[in-house]
Amino acid sequence: MKKILEVRGLTKIYGSGCPRCISATGPAHDTNVCPHCGTVVAAHDVAFDLHEGEILGIMGESGSGKSTVVKTLFFDDKPSSGSARFHDGEQVQELFDLNPAEQRWLRNHKFGMVYQNPNLGLNFNVSAGGNIAERLLMNDLRHYGDIRDRARQLLARTEVLSNRMDESPKRFSGGMQQRVQIAKALATRPPLLFLDEVTTGLDLSVQARILDLILEIQQELNTAMIVVTHDLGVIRLLAGRTLVMKYGRVIEAGLTDQILEDPQHAYTQRLVASAL
Amino acid sequence: MNSSYELPLDEADYNFGFLDEYAKREIRRAILKSICIPGYQTPYASREMPMGRGFGTGGLQLTLSLAGPDDVLKVIDQGSDDSVNAVNLRQFVSLTCPGLTTTTHTSDATIIQSRHRIPEQPLNESQVLVLQVPYPDALVVVEPSEARRKAMHGEGDYSRLLTKLYEDIVKFREITISHRYPTRINGHYVIDPSPIPRYDVPQLNQSPALTLFGAGREKKIYAVPPYTNATPLAFDDVPFRTEDFHDDRGERIACARCGSTRSFLDELPLADGSKRWQCSDTDYCDQQLQLKSGTLTGARQ
Amino acid sequence: MEPRLRIENLSKRFVLHEQAKTIPSCEDVNLSVYTGKLTALVGPTGAGKSSVLKCVYRSYLPTAGRMLYRNDLGTVTDLAQASDHEVLTLRRNDIGFVTQFLHCLPRKSALDVTCEPLIARGTSAHEAHEEGKRLLRCLKVPERLWGVPPATFSGGEKQRINLARGLIARPRLLLLDEPTASLDPGTTDNVISLLQDIKQDGVALLAIFHHPELVSRLADNVFELTPPLTTPNLQETTLS
Repeated sequence: MKKILEVRGLTKIYGSGCPRCISATGPAHDTNVCPHCGTVVAAHDVAFDLHEGEILGIMGESGSGKSTVVKTLFFDDKPSSGSARFHDGEQVQELFDLNPAEQRWLRNHKFGMVYQNPNLGLNFNVSAGGNIAERLLMNDLRHYGDIRDRARQLLARTEVLSNRMDESPKRFSGGMQQRVQIAKALATRPPLLFLDEVTTGLDLSVQARILDLILEIQQELNTAMIVVTHDLGVIRLLAGRTLVMKYGRVIEAGLTDQILEDPQHAYTQRLVASAL
Repeated sequence: MNSSYELPLDEADYNFGFLDEYAKREIRRAILKSICIPGYQTPYASREMPMGRGFGTGGLQLTLSLAGPDDVLKVIDQGSDDSVNAVNLRQFVSLTCPGLTTTTHTSDATIIQSRHRIPEQPLNESQVLVLQVPYPDALVVVEPSEARRKAMHGEGDYSRLLTKLYEDIVKFREITISHRYPTRINGHYVIDPSPIPRYDVPQLNQSPALTLFGAGREKKIYAVPPYTNATPLAFDDVPFRTEDFHDDRGERIACARCGSTRSFLDELPLADGSKRWQCSDTDYCDQQLQLKSGTLTGARQ
Repeated sequence: MEPRLRIENLSKRFVLHEQAKTIPSCEDVNLSVYTGKLTALVGPTGAGKSSVLKCVYRSYLPTAGRMLYRNDLGTVTDLAQASDHEVLTLRRNDIGFVTQFLHCLPRKSALDVTCEPLIARGTSAHEAHEEGKRLLRCLKVPERLWGVPPATFSGGEKQRINLARGLIARPRLLLLDEPTASLDPGTTDNVISLLQDIKQDGVALLAIFHHPELVSRLADNVFELTPPLTTPNLQETTLS
């Protein structure tokens, strides 16, 4: 298995920062806000490797920094320090050294993102098909008929009724909106997909079918994914390996079954023990 | 403006072309930059003119910066030399540019200022077409932030504009943009070609004349240099189409006045509820009439 | 002959932070598993039999000791120290685990569940399905169940799906945790002959069996575990 992403020392702080920020925050201090200067240490020294076709789970409660990690990798946010190497075939790209234009190119061509809030991932002013068309047009497809066929196929694959492809996703249910988001993210067949709490807030039965879909896609397209969630069930179902985060730090990393059956950190043990 | 109006004596020594030389120089620099980067919206310090924004102050400043005493100016609005706005602008320029002559004949003009039309008669290398622009940025319909629009222009990312065309075809089976049709210049920047109809867009392509666009309120100048590609955005399988003037029987409608079947027509509703079609370009229509009656003389044949 | 797997001084203790306790699970285990042979783990409940299997599969992180896995090329990996990615690769290609319980997607058909490990390894869906059907037939899973998710199956049916899933990819080392616990005698015989076939194929097996009879019929080596609690110095100790 080839590496697709290597993240090292990824740190994101919000605030002016002071020399004591790092030593005064984290799980041991039960906070991610520096008591000396008020800076929020959203993530500190996060490191992991991701291999082709692998699903990595990042688990933690809100404020643990799990979303911050994917936001910086998808260029929604700038990291304070750290590096992320993206292996694209023979090419290796230092993600945080790229200029904004190069970053946008990678985002549009090589990455996909599915947000918890469909507002962020979808344009409600255009139809479901138009949302997918936009991503195909970014990739220089210029044939209306082809674009429509691809959009129809993608929506069919994510089980969105094709007779609704010309409706605005505004009128869709939450589960359907997530399906359109997934179809849109997959339009360019990206080798790397970020999923940020994609099933949070959905009905259980809808959640289950979306998770099935994600797994099927991962098997069909061999897409590497980073799945951010607070839900142990999602982790159990999707992720081969898992990082557990708390107050901006990775407190535990390992094979998902090991994290669930033999958690090492007190926090993870509590989390697993309290799961339904 | 009253045609008999004369400047008061203490204002009679206004600079040629109303604008001071520094202002003109700044505008000329912006023009040069616009020609060098075809389709790029060059910012400039749009001056206050003695008329409201939206009445063509952007085009006017371009005209005043370009005009010399030996220039011949034609001003049209909706294809017509006689509309109020065209008349006012023409008189203002003649008043402030002593020596400059005005004309209604396209072929006689060295500078043509227009808002809605490109004249039917093909332009030549010695002519400059100045278009008044209300909204210079074609991306404004899909992206409210100017900073992001600039990045999109820089990267040539017009996917969202194309998505709008896609949506149009989905909803109406064709692209419904009637004017201000987004057009890609020299393979990179997409411009909003002022409120000209789709019909006129092909005239921008490889035109021998220089076309300048001035947006007074938005403080932008851009250009389609002579002999430059201007390609309307479209899909490979849904090509760009101009307005077609065919009736129910599939016959090309002719101008009710001159009988031309090769011009852009205006629809005129009549009192009895019927409608009538007539050339939008009044100079062209007059020429056709004269050609018919054999009274057309000289160079305009 | 070099063993497929050599476990040296393996210990597993659980540290429970919440209760401030350390619970020993297995202590100082030494055993070897050979190609084409079955090593049976025996011992009373609580002796840590399952823990040993889970340590080998790395569902548990061993506390001490080495677990040296030797692949077909002779490369030796210490499973106690291997990276997560190394373990994942070994799980995909070399090491299989059949547990007492079936963990799978609740909405996948029995046949798909069975074929999954083969497809994950890159076998075509068609080929995988053929092999899956062969195994399910051999394990006497009625054909009407193949297209149904196993969640609704009886214990014995689930067990058979689980076995088929563990056997389909023909791992080099197969870990079995009471694979016949809820099977009727007829199916158990089938399982036994299937395991014998697998041994013939050169698969090394490390197994826990419910019935002593199975141990005597299948095991080439027997390793007896004693509960670590009996060792006085390893009794539950309160963390200071």
